[in-house]
Amino acid sequence: MRRIDALKAVYPRLDACAVVTIMGAVAAELQSIGHRPNFFYLQHAMGLAPSMGLGIALARPDLKVVVFDGDGSVLMNMGVLTTLGRYRPANLVHVVFDNESLLSVGGFPTATGTGSDIAAIAAAAGVPETACVRTIEDFTAAFDSALDSNRMTTLVAKVDAVGPKQFVTDLGLLENRFQFQRWLTSVPAGKAAD
Amino acid sequence: MPVSIDNSRLIFSALKDQGVRIISALPETWLVHLIRMADDDPDVSLVRLAKEEEGVGISAGAHLAGAKSAMLMQNHGFLASINGIVSLAQLYRVPLLMLISDRGGFGEGDPWQTEGGGQTVPVLDALRIRWTRLDEPAHVAHRIEQAMTLAQSSLRPVALLLGRDLMWED
Repeated sequence: MRRIDALKAVYPRLDACAVVTIMGAVAAELQSIGHRPNFFYLQHAMGLAPSMGLGIALARPDLKVVVFDGDGSVLMNMGVLTTLGRYRPANLVHVVFDNESLLSVGGFPTATGTGSDIAAIAAAAGVPETACVRTIEDFTAAFDSALDSNRMTTLVAKVDAVGPKQFVTDLGLLENRFQFQRWLTSVPAGKAAD
Repeated sequence: MPVSIDNSRLIFSALKDQGVRIISALPETWLVHLIRMADDDPDVSLVRLAKEEEGVGISAGAHLAGAKSAMLMQNHGFLASINGIVSLAQLYRVPLLMLISDRGGFGEGDPWQTEGGGQTVPVLDALRIRWTRLDEPAHVAHRIEQAMTLAQSSLRPVALLLGRDLMWED
């Protein structure tokens, strides 16, 4: 499965969610499908996207929060899985696109390519729902079910190590940040999760 | 252990007066009462971390979603958070209220605290993070109010160094 096809498959469901992505290919691909004011691209600080998602989820329990993470980022901040497992906010969906490589910086293999299993690590860390999927159909079904459930989920999607040619877009980092904040603080309580 | 309950309560009350709803923390001897107070308060969400850098992400998410937060850490927690401070809080102009128990200074008896304590202020200065000390109970509420005001107006991290004379009762 290609990551961009997985993103396209669930894109219609991101309408009312606060979405946080990691840097590089994930950010560029989601923007290429169509930027929305409820999308925030964390273009650095590897490992902190799920921590940001947790902060949003705790501050706005009425909102669904989706984090699009990656294997390289998760491996840099594996302790966050224990924090997610401890607080397990019902409104948080944590997707990990696992291409078993650091694609944006030369494609060097990560530890998931040599056997480390992020879904199993998340489950052992206490995340209530975990799954690892390999096809678009399974990914879409698992994402829908995670979004509709009230159990915090870490969903690992095994994807091909392919991405866009370039990662810089014309959306400024601060423009994105203030637009996202304005969206978050203007969405009425209780409305977005309907 | 002779950590000041009264002064911990002063700090905690001042944080609540500033509207702090989320507090992230990793245990440290001087912070034990503050962490317990946060845990016991139904109006505050305490987030216990595996590593302090996670707190940068949590505070950033909380800020963008309209909630005020604070981070409780020790010198080494600050040192362990630097990449997140630079590449999230400073890159994206996010306010952080960092309360750092300032171990390793004059009076420190634990040899393992002495190096990190000595590096904290030079690193804060190198990162151009505005900081001040809390040493006197009489200053606590006012300086926490000032720190929160500056963090929110500048959209940058600020640090309050919790001093031995405030936190420790020999």
